[in-house]
Amino acid sequence: MSEKTKILCITCPKGCTLEVSHEGQTILEVKPGCKRGHAYAANELVNPRRMVATTVNIRGGLHPLLPVYTSAPFPKGRIHELREVLRKVEVQAPIRMGAVVVEDILGTGVNILASRDMAQA
Amino acid sequence: MTTKDRYDVVIIGAGPGGLAAAIAARQNGAEDVLVIERDKELGGILQQCIHNGFGLETFQQDLPGPSYAQRFIDQALDHGVEFLLDTMVLDISSQRRIFATGKHSGIVDLTARSVVLSMGCRERTRAQIRIPGMRPAGVYTAGTAQRWVNVEGFMPGSRYVILGSGDIGMIMARRLTLEGAHVERVLEVMPYLTGLTRNYVQCLMDFDIPLQLSHTVKRIIGHKRVEAVETVRVDERWNPIPGSEEIIPCDTMLLSVGLIPENELSRQAGVLIDPLTGGPFVDDSFQTNIPGIFAAGNVVHVYDLVDWVSEAGRLAGISAARFAAQVRRKENRLVPLLAGENVRYVVPHRMDRETLAETPVRLQLRVRQPIESPVWVEVRNRTNLIARKGELYARPGEIITLEIPTTAYDEVQKADELTLAVVKR
Repeated sequence: MSEKTKILCITCPKGCTLEVSHEGQTILEVKPGCKRGHAYAANELVNPRRMVATTVNIRGGLHPLLPVYTSAPFPKGRIHELREVLRKVEVQAPIRMGAVVVEDILGTGVNILASRDMAQA
Repeated sequence: MTTKDRYDVVIIGAGPGGLAAAIAARQNGAEDVLVIERDKELGGILQQCIHNGFGLETFQQDLPGPSYAQRFIDQALDHGVEFLLDTMVLDISSQRRIFATGKHSGIVDLTARSVVLSMGCRERTRAQIRIPGMRPAGVYTAGTAQRWVNVEGFMPGSRYVILGSGDIGMIMARRLTLEGAHVERVLEVMPYLTGLTRNYVQCLMDFDIPLQLSHTVKRIIGHKRVEAVETVRVDERWNPIPGSEEIIPCDTMLLSVGLIPENELSRQAGVLIDPLTGGPFVDDSFQTNIPGIFAAGNVVHVYDLVDWVSEAGRLAGISAARFAAQVRRKENRLVPLLAGENVRYVVPHRMDRETLAETPVRLQLRVRQPIESPVWVEVRNRTNLIARKGELYARPGEIITLEIPTTAYDEVQKADELTLAVVKR
């Protein structure tokens, strides 16, 4: 029995409404949308993920916080868990953009990266 | 500290527009480029926009704001752009003279051959939308809260109502939720979302934050601190619908109700502002009505994507470099005329080397001391004699005229300065 699910695509600023025809988790058709939109719809149905950007504490930096982000989209249902782990992380300035702050966080294969350089204060 | 009092291009503001302008100006022949920034670091508002979604156009990558900024900062440093941080520009004249001040830079007084205005924009405040009610602590613009939460490291409250469904408001709703606060409601006076759909999905829907369209704040309640806000539904003409009021307990209200280009400095320089955009009238080179003053980014009109701000900055930077080069060429053609031995002054003070290609240049001078015997009136490039004429005497009361002939053209091209003297024959 095929069903139809509407998904708002967040891949780019266009924000298309995608109509996904699927049988359980097997996708039959997505329209309209581009390649990236189709990939997003497929994931969103089975295993929704989001890019997460937040901060960790930094010692000796220009600011008390270092902005960080996930190296790849992270499982949506575990975002609060992710935040709890990062709340306890503290790094030391100076740090370079792209430095790995936490490797393979929560066993997801996703790394937490520094979003910017942070010089020593 | 600046060591120079004259720059090819001076850029006001080191946000995405200013940084792109600085890089482009250097790439297009500007000899020296100075960026003056009031914050302690480069990057502007991008440094507090820690969320992803930047750079899809420019880098084909989904970057957080600080990473987008970092790329431009690194490029600007690689291109030898100079910076004055923690420095506030106080005044710009239509002649592109700039006054600035800062704790470390002191009083700065310099002249630019061209200027790029890239001061960005400011958030509309409670006063500008006239929300009735008490005036307790706890009412902030969304961007102010963003700065506190993302950069300075403190939370302005624990239960929030957000007015306005602009992107900053929705992004802050998610951010505050992630930091453990409770966002009770996002209210939007229009019957539609004013921010991007993707932000509605990933900021509000993902965190079950309710959005109410056609709703606004009727009254803020609380003495020392916000205790609640009273909301109301509005009709299509924004009139409150009686009976639809609701009191929502909260301790903080954030406003995400629009951005206004920041043009106080532009006005001081005589730049004309379009009342519709709130920014300068510009031509396709991003030049304002004042020659040599360019403007780019949110100072001109409020953009939805930073990529377009960078692109506008790049174009303005190219234009500014070209303008500066023209000014510099003209300056280089001018040779100072100096008063040497027994000469009090010379008029004109400077001459254009190219004038001699067409006509002689007439100089007039007065002597310091009388000489009651025949004299030479001479003009020299160092020791090289360029022109000379004899007079029977020289008296301070009588102006002496000397012409540099067109035949001196080649000699004058070599001169950095010309010196006049009146000596005994």
